[in-house]
Amino acid sequence: MPKNPNVKKVLVIGSGPIVIGQAAEFDYAGTQACRSLKEEGVEVVLVNSNPATIMTDKDIADHVYIEPLTVKVLEQIIEKEKPDSILPTLGGQAGLNLGMELEESGFLASHHVTLLGTTAATIRKAEDRQEFKDTMEKIGEPCAASKVVESIEDGVEFVKNIGYPVVLRPAYTLGGSGGGIAHNQMELEEILANGLRLSRVGQVLVERCIAGWKEIEYEVMRDGAGNCITVCNMENIDPVGVHTGDSIVVAPSQTLGDKEYQMLRSAALNIISELAITGGCNVQFALHPTSFEYCVIEVNPRVSRSSALASKATGYPIAKVAAKIALGYTLDEITNSITGKTCACFEPTLDYCVVKLPRLPFDKFLTAKRTLTTQMKATGEVMSICQNFEGALMKAIRSLEQHVDCLRSYDFSDLSGEELKERLRIVDDQRIYVIAEALRKGISQETIHEITMIDIWFIDKLAILTEMEERLEKEPLTEELLKEAKRLEFPDSVIARLTGMAEDEIRQRRYAHGITAAFQMVDTCAAEFKAATPYYYSCFGSENEAAASDRKKVLVLGSGPIRIGQGIEFDYCSVHATWAFAKAGYETIIINNNPETVSTDFDIADKLYFEPLTPEDVENIVRLEKPDGAIVQFGGQTAIKLTESLMKMGVPILGTRAEDVDAAEDRELFDRILEQTQIPRAAGGTVYTAQEAKEVANRLGYPVLVRPSYVLGGQGMQIAINDQEIEEFMEIINRIAQDHPILVDKYLQGKEIEVDAVCDGTDILIPGIMEHIERTGVHSGDSISVYPAHTIDEKVKEKIAEYTRRLAKALHVKGLINIQFIAIGEEVYVIEVNPRSSRTVPYISKVTGIPIVDLASEVIIGKTIRELGYEPGLQKEADYVAIKMPVFSFEKIRGAEISLGPEMKSTGECLGIAPTFQEALYKAFLGSGVDLPRFKQMIITVKDADKGEAIEIGRRFERLGYTIYATRSTAAALREAGIRARKVNKIQQESPTVMDLILGHKIDLVIDTPTQGRDKSRDGFLIRRTAIETGVNCLTSLDTARALVTSLETAREGALTLVDVAGL
Amino acid sequence: MKAFLILEDGTVWEGIQIGAGRDMISEIVFNTSMAGYPEVLTDPSYAGQAVCMTYPLIGNYGVCTEDMESVKPWVDGFIVRELSRTPSNFRSDKSIQQFLEENGVPGIAGIDTRALTRLLREKGTMNGMITTNASYSIEEVLPRLRAYTTGKVVEKVTCREKYEVTGTKDMAENGPISGSAVYTGEREQRPTLVHSLNGAGKRVALLDLGMKRGIAHSLAQRGIDVTVYPAHTPAEEILGDRPDGIMLSNGPGDPKECEGIIGEVRKLYESGVPIFAICLGHQLMALATGADTYKLKYGHRGGNHPVKDLQTGRVYISSQNHGYVVDMDRLDRRIARPAFVNANDGTCEGLTYMQRPVFTVQYHPEACPGPQDSGYLFDRFIEMMEVGKNA
Repeated sequence: MPKNPNVKKVLVIGSGPIVIGQAAEFDYAGTQACRSLKEEGVEVVLVNSNPATIMTDKDIADHVYIEPLTVKVLEQIIEKEKPDSILPTLGGQAGLNLGMELEESGFLASHHVTLLGTTAATIRKAEDRQEFKDTMEKIGEPCAASKVVESIEDGVEFVKNIGYPVVLRPAYTLGGSGGGIAHNQMELEEILANGLRLSRVGQVLVERCIAGWKEIEYEVMRDGAGNCITVCNMENIDPVGVHTGDSIVVAPSQTLGDKEYQMLRSAALNIISELAITGGCNVQFALHPTSFEYCVIEVNPRVSRSSALASKATGYPIAKVAAKIALGYTLDEITNSITGKTCACFEPTLDYCVVKLPRLPFDKFLTAKRTLTTQMKATGEVMSICQNFEGALMKAIRSLEQHVDCLRSYDFSDLSGEELKERLRIVDDQRIYVIAEALRKGISQETIHEITMIDIWFIDKLAILTEMEERLEKEPLTEELLKEAKRLEFPDSVIARLTGMAEDEIRQRRYAHGITAAFQMVDTCAAEFKAATPYYYSCFGSENEAAASDRKKVLVLGSGPIRIGQGIEFDYCSVHATWAFAKAGYETIIINNNPETVSTDFDIADKLYFEPLTPEDVENIVRLEKPDGAIVQFGGQTAIKLTESLMKMGVPILGTRAEDVDAAEDRELFDRILEQTQIPRAAGGTVYTAQEAKEVANRLGYPVLVRPSYVLGGQGMQIAINDQEIEEFMEIINRIAQDHPILVDKYLQGKEIEVDAVCDGTDILIPGIMEHIERTGVHSGDSISVYPAHTIDEKVKEKIAEYTRRLAKALHVKGLINIQFIAIGEEVYVIEVNPRSSRTVPYISKVTGIPIVDLASEVIIGKTIRELGYEPGLQKEADYVAIKMPVFSFEKIRGAEISLGPEMKSTGECLGIAPTFQEALYKAFLGSGVDLPRFKQMIITVKDADKGEAIEIGRRFERLGYTIYATRSTAAALREAGIRARKVNKIQQESPTVMDLILGHKIDLVIDTPTQGRDKSRDGFLIRRTAIETGVNCLTSLDTARALVTSLETAREGALTLVDVAGL
Repeated sequence: MKAFLILEDGTVWEGIQIGAGRDMISEIVFNTSMAGYPEVLTDPSYAGQAVCMTYPLIGNYGVCTEDMESVKPWVDGFIVRELSRTPSNFRSDKSIQQFLEENGVPGIAGIDTRALTRLLREKGTMNGMITTNASYSIEEVLPRLRAYTTGKVVEKVTCREKYEVTGTKDMAENGPISGSAVYTGEREQRPTLVHSLNGAGKRVALLDLGMKRGIAHSLAQRGIDVTVYPAHTPAEEILGDRPDGIMLSNGPGDPKECEGIIGEVRKLYESGVPIFAICLGHQLMALATGADTYKLKYGHRGGNHPVKDLQTGRVYISSQNHGYVVDMDRLDRRIARPAFVNANDGTCEGLTYMQRPVFTVQYHPEACPGPQDSGYLFDRFIEMMEVGKNA
């Protein structure tokens, strides 16, 4: 079937801000799909509220709306752009839900817009729990005994029949939000109440617990003619019970025979055929470990995180093919772009093993529960490829960048055998390390299997690794042993630790014996056909397939897994830099290990190496490719950290020199530069111990800012108000060994200003100045950022531009620089300088229309700003306002402290762009999910110092018609000021308390400013957690609250102003 | 112990000896299936060949005797990257090492199977030797390798006498066949893959040219009573038993080596009894009706080949194992027309005969290992017999 000629203009819905459960994979899928649509001559209209994405670039779509993802906004866009079709299956659950709402309301039909790809009826069949169950029953595909309930009573009644434990899954939520396993009635009632509220349709599936079964997934494609293929199957090492996003996943399945493999494959094809899905689909099965019994767990009738993983694991471009199918092509009409010869209607076959590990945020949320459940907690993931499972696991571990590099990285050696057996029952992110220790202590594989239900095959693989550790410790390091250790992907550093030799000596020995990494190709077909796309992974003991060309080439270092503080924005920068260098005639080589991203798509760089970003792994590639230079300034801290190693390998660092990067991070060097450029900063000092820190703090006077150097996202950064807190924070910071000193600065309270600039060595270009709504003390990534800066005057702006110019020159910046300032009155202080790309680069590029990364890349190659057609200096301000709003995933991380501070906590961001500040603010809040007012009831509880400001804010909310509840002292203060606040009891007092109020589901908003200290048992913590977990908006900064009330005061009923940023 | 794989172009790989400790010379082919190595080992079509698995981790789930496609492994040798030391599956009866040893199949592990595959892809299928003799003389070995041919292998693999496989479920216990898609005993949880016994009451004569049990099963599961005949059974004997339909099975080797059988196939063709043929059977039918076959550079062996049904335009993912194909360019369109083609390389995957109720496919609708998507062809065969009966 050829392309449908009626499809000329398509609206593609993106997935919005990055949250846990919906991350960069949708940028990857959306970008690939949009490019694929454009390739077919289709006009693409894109809507996505997330400015950090590549898909919202004007190169990717013809019309780009970075607008809130709400039905109303979408309706407006459809009315304005008049697309003939809409593609909702590439924007994750968020996009799918929107598409469904538009369809169900009849809006699409009345505007003659066709839903492309899978039909609404199909989506309902797959997403609605009851319809899905009925469909499965009809075709004889088994589901676990289950019932869709809409009330707690129904749920309790049903479980009386099937017995505990039961799994609860709310309908239409992301990442299993609000789900869980209940072992008794109390847990059932609690989880059910929460789940019913979170579900878009107020439904929760109560299901027989099949925890402990094997979890197997199939990625399936189907076209309009009914042709079906499976792209890949995957086996979760963690049995059913852990969300697949938090599981260790291996592809293809390892412990299934062909009978089981084909049984489930046939079932997956039956299901996709019966649902009549056109495009991609993910089917999850639970397979009984000792029989052929299986259950269908879930079907996602859209591109998903697993499909991104399957794409990268096999080389098969699922999103691209899905887009072509949506246009009417059949699978056999689409070429397999990897081989260039075969067609997309085939099943990839792997000749390697793929392991995915989740990147969990417990290093950011120290108070959070580490246990893994059916509620996803990971912010990102890493993938690795090797010839064997052990090697793939070892590579994945060191790709995480969480101070882990082998199975000894978490030490459980002080636990006894019995204690270990108990510890094995805990399902958390450290389980494989516990298993490794259990194996070392001689606990049998069978016992470990019985406790964990992890298949013996995987346990034995961990045993192979612990046996190798032991051999390296005890045996002389012969050539054979070294060869075997490398085949299992033990890094030189670990071999050095275990053998007691120096890492360099290990390397020398390896080279002497010719034990070097070889690169093999991911080609979708196990070498059956010659592949056209150079996508490689390394392994030891094989023939090398990768050949270096004699072109001028540049190495682009990616940013690894998505984590809080280092997100998709660095992938945006890496991809743009790659494109810019390619345009300048370079051969581009990307190294990265994140399967969710655009940078690891097969056709972004000339060559892709899917590898860990450690010095040793990078060196293997450098030895082969001998690049003419490396770009580190776009890959976040991951890439920056590799600078020194790259220089040792003899790779020139392109752009700003490493010494200058150091100068910005090194306190003393930087102080000297500030002195020389006459730029003021907050007084401070560098320390290593708590004692030194206290001395400095007392000299400066409290409050002070304490933070480690060389970190991103303010990790470990805190404001301390007394000696006791210094001790507490220093202990936390020093839990992880610090190679670099800790900084203690006087805390200055003022307006925080941020600038990204391009410097060519002589001139600078500042696209715009951004101002934060929250005062200093809240991490810049968690602050609402406003462009153009709206409360500082021209003089201050000039000063900022001048300081930026001086700093960029003094640091000899060639490329990008990011600077944060504090403005207090007319005074401007510098807080931090980063001579590299930053989180705000994609945002400021898009809203100013100045392609900063491209310009920076050109500058690095040797062009000047003037040659690029720009007048140096601060660029003219836009005549609209663009506001970047942080988005958090607190509801996903049980026990995480939500109050904002110097350590970054947000997982993503969205944009509000409009002609006025107020409307931009309103759109930004709307985009982040704050859709108020609803019940016009709120709670205010603030610390004493904040009471004055709380009165002003409270009065404004009251004027909007809000009923204000407040705890005792806040209520008193509000009443005194004439606000009719209603007093509520504190948690320990008799009911109804503030908690009952929140749980009553009639509260729009909680404003709670935390008292100092990190004692999580305090009332405030409980109030904030309860609010978050019941879906109530909770603000911990009065600046944010003020912004919110400002936006509500001016919120107009009716249409919003739409801005096509592709036209900027 | 060290082992060596020597190819006829002089390439040598060093690895570790697995399976039986003896030398072998054979034709080296590769299979790209990620699972299903027990089925591959026991598929009689591999007689006269040594198989390299492109998936690197082999033996993960051991060997389950139920999964065997015939009574024993037929491959001359087995070439893998890594043999799992711990087989893990509830049905596993033994480790693959044990299985190879017991059946005297030599093999080699620890070599770069991808490099070997690339070489075979570039140079075409080659003969090779697996030896544990480190002091082999390449000058002495190479002429022997070049001289090797698979020869008349059908005789080796076909059954000695005819036997019955009764339709429906009880066949697993009664017949000489076990395994494949029907699971028996306590372990069975899932019903067989076929829900209707649409072939009940029909009798099919199945000519065993090196038959995989999956073919007999696919028929028996549909309720058909099957009689399996040795490859050299005269056509008269088969026709004398008055079957409702005839199936020609898969089998090993060069189809042109089967001169005698081709003559009998011609007679079966002439009889007007509905015929469905698979793989070697498909090639013999083509040769019997005047078409030609040729050898592919490196064959199709795996579970991911797309086959396009020219009648409906639908594409199915198929299980394949063949080194020869029917030459479509030299087909007499009055006798047979292409019904299926490979969507990757356009080679012949199936024929419909114009003058007789005969259709044949190059690939394996019985799967085992591989996708079960083409099982509907057995139903098509049943319909054809239905028409024949009513006529």
